[in-house]
Amino acid sequence: MGNTIGKRISLARMRAGQKGKIVRVSGGHGLARRFEALGIRQGQEIKKISDQWMRGPVLLQHGNSQVALGFGMASKVLVEITGENK
Amino acid sequence: MKILLMGNPNVGKSAVFNRLTGANVIISNYAGTTVEFTKGIMRLAGQQVELIDVPGTYTLDPTNKAEQIAVEMLNEHTDDDVVVNVVESTNLERSLNLTLQLLKHKIPTVVALNFWDETKHKGISIDIEKLENILKVPCVPICAVTGEGINQLVERIKEAKPSSLEYDEQEKWHEIGNIVENVQTITHRHHTLLEKLSDASVKPITGIPIAVIMLFLAFKLIRFIGEGLIGYVCEPAFEKLWSPMMLKLSNLLGSEGFVHDLVIGHLVEGQIDYGQSFGLLTTGLFVPLGAVLPYVFAFYLVLSFLEDFGYLPRLAIMVDTLMHRLGLHGLAIVPMLLGLGCNVPGVLSTRILETRRERFISATILAIGVPCAALQAMVVGLLGKHGMARVGIVYGTLFIVWLILGVLLNHIVKGRSPEIFVEIPPYRIPYFRGLSKKIWIRMKWFIKEAVPFVLLGVLIVNLLYTFGIIQFVGEITAPVVTRVLGLPQEAVGALIVGFLRKDVAVGMLIPLGLTAKQLIIASVVLAMYFPCVATFTTLVKELGVVDMLKSAGIMLISSLVVGGLLNLVLT
Repeated sequence: MGNTIGKRISLARMRAGQKGKIVRVSGGHGLARRFEALGIRQGQEIKKISDQWMRGPVLLQHGNSQVALGFGMASKVLVEITGENK
Repeated sequence: MKILLMGNPNVGKSAVFNRLTGANVIISNYAGTTVEFTKGIMRLAGQQVELIDVPGTYTLDPTNKAEQIAVEMLNEHTDDDVVVNVVESTNLERSLNLTLQLLKHKIPTVVALNFWDETKHKGISIDIEKLENILKVPCVPICAVTGEGINQLVERIKEAKPSSLEYDEQEKWHEIGNIVENVQTITHRHHTLLEKLSDASVKPITGIPIAVIMLFLAFKLIRFIGEGLIGYVCEPAFEKLWSPMMLKLSNLLGSEGFVHDLVIGHLVEGQIDYGQSFGLLTTGLFVPLGAVLPYVFAFYLVLSFLEDFGYLPRLAIMVDTLMHRLGLHGLAIVPMLLGLGCNVPGVLSTRILETRRERFISATILAIGVPCAALQAMVVGLLGKHGMARVGIVYGTLFIVWLILGVLLNHIVKGRSPEIFVEIPPYRIPYFRGLSKKIWIRMKWFIKEAVPFVLLGVLIVNLLYTFGIIQFVGEITAPVVTRVLGLPQEAVGALIVGFLRKDVAVGMLIPLGLTAKQLIIASVVLAMYFPCVATFTTLVKELGVVDMLKSAGIMLISSLVVGGLLNLVLT
């Protein structure tokens, strides 16, 4: 699975357990501001905890804090994969 | 002088507020428990000072209504006001974002680092002195639920001062990163059991079974405790202790007449029958205290535990996809669960949803499809004698109505609903004292709200019968009540009283000797057709008159349709 490291995909398409660094948040200033308030911003190291069936919400962790966000919102966060965690 | 308690959502501002004022404000383990600011008085150096529990906010650049309120309150401050900025010690980086913004306002500030006890389990150590030197305001470690550090916090409020910290807005996160790196060291540690359980609760393969088991156990436990209390405590107490006194009083009052019937009610074979007598001191006290209170207690015991443990936001993740079909997102499960206790706090908590559209949909389907504990207790008590399968039909029907109405409203109401976006707090083992206090607050609230209305309801029932109003209205409404719903004419009395209290309304069905089918229809219609007066006024306040009228129209029509259908389908 090592070949996924360095790849850039959206938070929505990341697999649960993968770690990564946020490269870019698209979707306008308003969304970026809401994201930033909860610590989702460029350069932030994150880990995806879980996703749900049928394009359900995504749960990510950064530091000691966990944030749940809808699938659509997660699609707007581009992440560079930095590691796998099994 | 005022003191403003400010901080991110779910960092324990309300717990600090309770500690400082001795007040009793509901606290839970999820963001947005405080949707309205609360004021209290605390003593500071022999003076009475106003303390304000401001709704949680992540930033002073408001992104929703609760945050807007917070910012407005901050902007209204006068020169001698003080901000107590409550931060989460285990989440220093995110908390400092707000702290720096607050310091920029140059208001005298004290930083209270809450959840200090948790830093140890999480391998975090924070150098308070260094932090104080950097922020240039007093910093105090506290643990609000146990009260540790609260005295020091009060002491140091006097030292609050505007910070001289300067930073470049563009470099804010860089600055925060530097501060965190400077004051915090993290030692590696393994996942705790609670963290493993937390992960399992939000992954579909394990999370769905956990949700089903949790809800099933919750339901079983509520029934077990509720029924146990009624059967072994409440009924014996009323029958062995209260009845003899009431019989003596009945004799004193001459065993008959208007006053006797109002106070004691009709005796059934010379005895008091709490289901049928309908006197103020018999049925009027038995319904709220003997039949409903045990279930209210059991319900709030279980709900409060789940709240404080932190399960609700995780349940919100698991039901998010389903709730999207109803034009809502997962967090809307919180008002629905609260509504199962009492619709009033349920409707109030729809404020955790961002848009007007979501609040309209959720409040409407809540008022129609979510029966309160008082109604449920009476329905289980009455219909349960005909078998729990019948009670299941009532719950099943209401659930389907809730679902269908939500889907319909999602299509009809203009606009789109936003996605879920919420912080998920860690699981926390509830403190016994905090939990029991919360249950006590809720019980007290129930007794204060319910008992007067139940008594008023029983009084009105007596007046309605005495003046023959029920018969009169019954004849007018006969086409609907008897033909469409298949209920006897007198059942209209229950529908009239249902505006006041649904539990009394169900109680009025007891003397009518209805069949199981009629009881099912009456229970479903009573749950749906209109909210009780307490919920009604809350709905008007939250939705406004126009939306409330729309909502009421939906209630009346859907209850007639569903009641009529049940009458056709059931045998």
